[in-house]
Amino acid sequence: MSAREEVLAAVRAALVGVVPAPDPPRAPQVRPPRDVVAHFAERVADYRAVVERCARDELEARVAAALAPASTVVVPPGLDLAVAGAVEDAGLAARELEEFEAVVTRARVGIAETGTIVLDHGPGQGRRALTLVPDRHVCVVAAGQVVLDVADALAVLDPRRPQTWVSGPSATSDIELERVEGVHGPRTLHVIVVDDAQPLD
Amino acid sequence: MGGAGVTGTFVGMPTFPVAARRALGDAQLRHNLGQATATIRAKRQRLVEEVDAAVPTSAADPQGLGGWEALRRAGAAVKEAALRSLPEHLERLEAELVANGATVHWARDAAEACSVVAAVARAHGVREVVKVKSMVTQEIGLNEALEAEGVAAWETDLAELIVQLDEDLPSHILVPAIHRNRAEVREIFLRRMKEVGRAAPDGLGDEPAALAAAARSHLREKFLSARMAVSGANFAVAETGTLVVVESEGNGRMCLTLPEVLVSVVGIEKVVPTWEQLDPMLRLLPRSSTGERMNPYTSTWSGTAAGDGPGEVHVVLLDNGRTRALADEVGRQALRCIRCSACLNVCPVYERTGGHAYGSVYPGPIGAILNPLLNGVGHDDQVDSLPYASTLCGACFEVCPVRIDIPSVLVDQRAQVVDAHRGRRRSGEAVVMRLAAATLADEGRLGFAERFTGVGLRAARRGAGWPGLRRWTGARDLPRPPRESFRAWWRRTGGGTR
Ligand code: SF4
Repeated sequence: MSAREEVLAAVRAALVGVVPAPDPPRAPQVRPPRDVVAHFAERVADYRAVVERCARDELEARVAAALAPASTVVVPPGLDLAVAGAVEDAGLAARELEEFEAVVTRARVGIAETGTIVLDHGPGQGRRALTLVPDRHVCVVAAGQVVLDVADALAVLDPRRPQTWVSGPSATSDIELERVEGVHGPRTLHVIVVDDAQPLD
Repeated sequence: MGGAGVTGTFVGMPTFPVAARRALGDAQLRHNLGQATATIRAKRQRLVEEVDAAVPTSAADPQGLGGWEALRRAGAAVKEAALRSLPEHLERLEAELVANGATVHWARDAAEACSVVAAVARAHGVREVVKVKSMVTQEIGLNEALEAEGVAAWETDLAELIVQLDEDLPSHILVPAIHRNRAEVREIFLRRMKEVGRAAPDGLGDEPAALAAAARSHLREKFLSARMAVSGANFAVAETGTLVVVESEGNGRMCLTLPEVLVSVVGIEKVVPTWEQLDPMLRLLPRSSTGERMNPYTSTWSGTAAGDGPGEVHVVLLDNGRTRALADEVGRQALRCIRCSACLNVCPVYERTGGHAYGSVYPGPIGAILNPLLNGVGHDDQVDSLPYASTLCGACFEVCPVRIDIPSVLVDQRAQVVDAHRGRRRSGEAVVMRLAAATLADEGRLGFAERFTGVGLRAARRGAGWPGLRRWTGARDLPRPPRESFRAWWRRTGGGTR
């Protein structure tokens, strides 16, 4: 027998006489806060990420200010924002991405309860390496993209697309449990919540 | 990895009581572990209370369980449903992965899984692979197997890097280097990094931030040059062929994204039937594990994606004793485990002995049941001693996000150990007594039943001897303590918290 057949046969044999479990109950959902976008911003800030809210017409200036410490900026194809001096990613090698200090992207969805931004790496978000290698990630989330909790995010996300769920800057507590921000991912995460209702789909 | 055991008890490891007694003598380890577990416990508890407060009592929780309890019931139900219908979910997972462009391999045991990974490495002519921290690759002894093939496997998780550079053993699922302090880490980096890649900077200090920065630059070089990565997965969604890796540092993202070839070794128990069912799992795991609402990074991928990440994706579906555990009516629930390590952090035995004493990749309460379940009992005294590495206080069950009733499984495993030894030259009790004697030799002959849990017992005595001493760091050569059983002490003091 092949390994496949043998493993599957062993699984079946182990379950002889075992009845399938009933469908799991839906997990309990949290009570919506009065202002879900404010809740999102608070929870993102809890991770020691930089977070700010702005109106649509302020956005480009806010992005420029968030990028100020960086002199080299890369942006994904399809970004609907003008970023002065930025280079658009056209399949840069990882070593070339290393040369950039910052990256600006959109996101797919924001999760309020956990303070998470989710990238599905569609237009304006770039492939996964783009938001990984540069040391500063400025991420624009539209207020209309913010959902309450994990279940709401899963409902709008397409599992066939690769995704990166980001909750604060990378961190480790491996040495004496002292939290250190920024091990391998961007050491600075700067989230700008723009008050427009960009539809989720 | 050692002997016949599928989970590879560490070579030459003494049985639990002996190893535990040694570990008890190590004040540094005890101190670090005490601090680590107390910190994580407190963070987790705050979040449990937050979930309780955030879930409205009536609608979402009709039984009035409280939000957290309802959430963990949902999580347990998802994993239980997956396990009870595992054949269909595995076949679906395989079909979806293949449809998404992945290559699926099956492995009956550790050797088979290692040879699959080695064959992929050979096919691409790589001499180095980068690895995301993964318990399963440690379980199968992958690094050693690759080394034997001339392939260097680099651990990229900070703690695993420390352990690997020091040629040491991990001591905790979540914080494998918790037994090392900052000065020791600095010394390891200065001594070893230059031998295997980019050296640690001259004048490296011992602040954790400086040490993390040294690791960042050492590993960045490896990420940028590696052509192949190896990972595990926290969850495998059958319906969509999606693998999920949950991490903190970003080394996972590096490994999953930058190399051309990715091989993920996935235990068959990692299956979650549907994408929506990730809901309880992704809420339970980080809160139980690191005490965060969400871990910094979660990556999901479904096979290959055009123009993004590795162009060649392999998935190895591994048995290695899991079907043995699945067949155990009482023990089956251990396969629900999501490796959060919450049970370790509340375990009075673990807190006082550290992970090394368990002699296995899987330490703590979950290790005490999982190792015998995966390996079977009656072959290896080290494995057979593990079901006794507990006081049955029940704290592990209370915190487990998937409601594994570890104490009940322990009791059942003890019975199986005794049965397995019946008919052998030594009776089960004789083995047990021998192990007990190893722990209690210097403490006179004591009643068996409550005394065998020797480690916890000593903790109990010391706690009782010095009521104000909660963590007995540095305490040595104590006067003979009052004779109070561990469980009695545990009840009286609330697990040493009063
Ligand atoms: S047994 Fe439960 S508490 Fe322990 S590691 Fe597994 S899931 Fe976590």
